[in-house]
Amino acid sequence: MPKLPAPPIPSALKTAPPRPGETNGKVTPVDAAAEAGINVVDWVDERTSLSGAARWMMFRKVPRGTNWFYTLGSATMIAFLNQAVTGVFLAMYYRPDANGGAYESIRYITNDVFLGAFVRGMHKWGASVMVVLVFMHMGRTFFFGAYKYPRELNWVIGVVLLILTMVMGFTGYLLPFDERAYWATIVGVNINGTGPLLGPYLSDFLRAGPEFGADTLSRFYAIHMLLVPGAIAALIGAHLYLVAKLGTTAPPWMKSEPKPELRKSEA
Amino acid sequence: MADKHAKNHSRYTADRLVPGAFEGETVTRRRFMTGTAHTAGAIAAAAFTLPALGFAIGPIFKETQHHWAKAGAEDMFPDDNYVPVVVTLTPGIGEIGKSTVYVRKHNDQIDTDKYDKTTPFIAITSRCAHLGCSVRWVEAADRFICPCHGGVYDFLGVRVAGPPVRPLDRFLTRVNGQGVVEIGPRFSVNSELRRFSPRDPGEPLDGIGQYLYPSRPSERI
Repeated sequence: MPKLPAPPIPSALKTAPPRPGETNGKVTPVDAAAEAGINVVDWVDERTSLSGAARWMMFRKVPRGTNWFYTLGSATMIAFLNQAVTGVFLAMYYRPDANGGAYESIRYITNDVFLGAFVRGMHKWGASVMVVLVFMHMGRTFFFGAYKYPRELNWVIGVVLLILTMVMGFTGYLLPFDERAYWATIVGVNINGTGPLLGPYLSDFLRAGPEFGADTLSRFYAIHMLLVPGAIAALIGAHLYLVAKLGTTAPPWMKSEPKPELRKSEA
Repeated sequence: MADKHAKNHSRYTADRLVPGAFEGETVTRRRFMTGTAHTAGAIAAAAFTLPALGFAIGPIFKETQHHWAKAGAEDMFPDDNYVPVVVTLTPGIGEIGKSTVYVRKHNDQIDTDKYDKTTPFIAITSRCAHLGCSVRWVEAADRFICPCHGGVYDFLGVRVAGPPVRPLDRFLTRVNGQGVVEIGPRFSVNSELRRFSPRDPGEPLDGIGQYLYPSRPSERI
């Protein structure tokens, strides 16, 4: 469509366009708003040098052949973050009261709180998703040989994370405090107790006494929402640091030969 | 760095050519300062870690208070069959502190084990010796049966089939002045019905088992 010509304005009234590198003296609020984000990031970066760390973490070279199996670790971490966030908000309504209050608070979350059943469902099903993802991630690492030198320590940290995930599953299972939770915990604590010599004492520690009592639930709750999540978060940090430091491995079917053109130049 | 590997192992800093050494000095001020800073840090960390740890593992060493729960009048219980009684074994936590106990009168024809001297009534727990599920007394089969993993026990509570590692636990019993049977602390038995301090389910008591699974200070009779 043809544009209408601009109305004739005397050249003295026209604002001169800014010269390159000049803002013509005035900074309009629109310009300031456009620059604000950059300015804030610059201000923080000048004082912390965080951008270097972010670049070191995010912009890594990955080997040829990297594929979708390499996303299982990130998927596991997202599952953990889902558990952490939904867990924090479930804690706003949950009461670790062995004398009926725990069950009642779960019933209240599920039936009465807005989106309660949904958030609790995310936490409950997300737990299973996380365990499945941990094992898939572990299988990927094993079958791709990614646990070998120099990544053995990362395998060890990963196994500790697997155990801590199991502890989370075990302690979280008691919290709804229905019949299934109670009996699963009885059986689970007794399985712990079958370890020779230290097993009976471990059982006493978990139950806060020789019998399942009022303190058992609050003890499991504290382990579930404070002790183990903190350890998991710290170990995930160490795990990721080692991944960035050591780099990832190529899949086992990739040949390690140099490119033909590189070979030629060498000769 | 060459003098770091020198063969001079004298205990005096002056002999080791440490700059600024005093006469007769064996620990440099820098080393002493480092040591005190580490010690102060360790003391501060221990000051909050040790009490918190003790707080958490204290229940392992705390002896539980035993109490005697009333089961019912003496003539409620025959000597050839069990009567299920629900008693509160762990007070203060409502319904889940209650448990079913199977009680019968002592029978001289059946209770012939040499360890049983003075028990007026036999009280057998409903907690399976495998992993702690609830066993049920099935009169028609003359057996205690656990629904979880198929543990089966005979009339005396001795295992006859399935995974349990020892007989069903029992309780001390007594008859009070009004002729009411009371149920006291739990104890465990091995396959010869010899008595032991209470153990958790899954812990065998025959042979080496009694040493691998020691009794705990929190629950000892």
